Amino acid sequence: MKPLHVVYWVVGAVVAIFAIGAFHLALAEIGWIPFFDWTFYFEVAAAGLLQGVMYSLVALGFVLIFKASGIFNFAQGSLVLFAALTMVGLMEFAERELGIELHWTISFLLTVGVMIAVAIAIERLVLRPLVNQPQIILFMATIGIFYFMDGFGQTLWGSDVKVLDVGMPIAAAVEPLGVRMNVYDLIAAGVGAVLVAVLAVFFQYTRIGRALRAVADDHQAALSVGIPLKTIWTIVWSVAGVVALVAGIMWGGKAGVQFSLALIAFKALPVLILGGFTSIPGAIVGGLIIGYGEQVAENFVGLAIGGAIQDWFAYMLALVFLLFRPQGLFGERIIERV
Amino acid sequence: MSEAAVQDSSLGIGAAAAEGAPALLSVNNIEVIYDHVILVLKGVSLEVPLGGIVALLGANGAGKTTTLKAISNLLRAERGDVTKGSITLGGERVQHLTPNDLVKKGVIQVMEGRHCFEHLTVEENLLTGAYTRGDGAAAVQQDLEMVYEYFPRLKERRGSQAGYTSGGEQQMTAIGRALMSRPKVVLLDEPSMGLAPQLVEQIFEIVKTINEEQGVSILLAEQNTNVALRYAKYGYILESGRVVMDGPAETLRQNEDVKEFYLGLSATGRKSYRDVKHYKRRKRWLS
Repeated sequence: MKPLHVVYWVVGAVVAIFAIGAFHLALAEIGWIPFFDWTFYFEVAAAGLLQGVMYSLVALGFVLIFKASGIFNFAQGSLVLFAALTMVGLMEFAERELGIELHWTISFLLTVGVMIAVAIAIERLVLRPLVNQPQIILFMATIGIFYFMDGFGQTLWGSDVKVLDVGMPIAAAVEPLGVRMNVYDLIAAGVGAVLVAVLAVFFQYTRIGRALRAVADDHQAALSVGIPLKTIWTIVWSVAGVVALVAGIMWGGKAGVQFSLALIAFKALPVLILGGFTSIPGAIVGGLIIGYGEQVAENFVGLAIGGAIQDWFAYMLALVFLLFRPQGLFGERIIERV
Repeated sequence: MSEAAVQDSSLGIGAAAAEGAPALLSVNNIEVIYDHVILVLKGVSLEVPLGGIVALLGANGAGKTTTLKAISNLLRAERGDVTKGSITLGGERVQHLTPNDLVKKGVIQVMEGRHCFEHLTVEENLLTGAYTRGDGAAAVQQDLEMVYEYFPRLKERRGSQAGYTSGGEQQMTAIGRALMSRPKVVLLDEPSMGLAPQLVEQIFEIVKTINEEQGVSILLAEQNTNVALRYAKYGYILESGRVVMDGPAETLRQNEDVKEFYLGLSATGRKSYRDVKHYKRRKRWLS
């Protein structure tokens, strides 16, 4: 994406947020929804956008693997759970067995190592034997990985809800311009933004990043110019593992580390459909739209029809996108020459 | 002895002997089996001399691509395997090496159908060819300029996604990408495929220039026998997995059988399909 496009998108988003606010105001005037208040609207919008960043974090992991190997990695959710479990587990283990208090940064680094080991194992044991098989077989294999990681993580670290404390304030809030925002969400959004920027630069401007994109386009041709697929896949799954870890910390820190973490992967699906499976900026914008849309729909329209919009709003939005723009907002155009 | 007989005596002497240069790449009696059951090559031997252009000719399914893939070791990814014979590069056996190692050693294949990275720009495509190199960005940049000199058209299109360039430009990109790896020998698979005759001529001309100026040896698999034999110095003809004839390009061009079967010429001039005798197909079961 060019810098100018970013400006367009930001301006467009601000205009859209005001327009949708005005729309709801109008709805309130004619009595279709119970009430509308601008301050409350902005608070809801901000909470939604911040929540959206969290969705984006999960979606990112999918995009990485899809970009480099064309595999829809069903196991990403279980990687999030496994990473978070490992990080907490290591801290608990150190305290219980060795009697030392492991700082979360050290546990983080150790977990990064574990995720790289997992990536290597997946490449060796699953991807390598299945090279050149149809995509659907690889997809099925990732379902297998999902269940394995899910069970393995809980066998290793136990299945009770764990508290992950990385020293971030859970309940604190700030009020710039009178709009209340959760500090935890703001920090999470900041971390997400940094992660995305780093990944974007890595993909676009480094030798390895270029090779990753080459592999995504054409495995055979990549092999023929001497790009080693094994190495590339290991790198991609490692990066996806680290992204899963960051997502796991953000989600787990807020809601506790438990099995339901693996299920947030399903929330990432509509994000991917909106943003496009192959685009890192797409994962971000998609996440923001879903997070925002969900909250606003729940808090205003939801009141009129009895609530519970939040759960299906994202999927409905995804369905609309599938009908009119199947490649998503930023997905690579499917190049077809005649 | 007639003139034709003298010429024919140079058949089968091997490319290295014919050109008086040492063999850089030599394939000795290889057999290739796909999926453990399908025997595709049944003893193919050939040589590529240092700095030579060797053509590998034959119809569809003769085994040209398989031979090239056996050399570049892309076979493994298609469940093919070299079961007998040996492949050597400069006297060293290379058939156990991965494609990655082979590219490092200087053997690179330009695959049939071009296989550019569609969503990468032309320049990024070229740069992927330098993936295996460790000699620094400056040297790579220098080679990029060299490729642009051979293919000025690519310099104009450097910023566009390869998927949106024309067939000829994609072929140039694929060849340029291979050059970026600083190869000793390029395995060029069917570069004429789907291109206008004029463009084919132009691309072969550039390939020949590269061969002369950079000293890159070329093994060329082609169906277009006529063009291939004009640019190559030596040719091997494959038929259903075997080399049935080989000789210096000039000799092959004069050979009556080659003329008749591959160049569409015969002693009585161009032959019409109407004159070829057709046999009725025997009755088969269930037909």
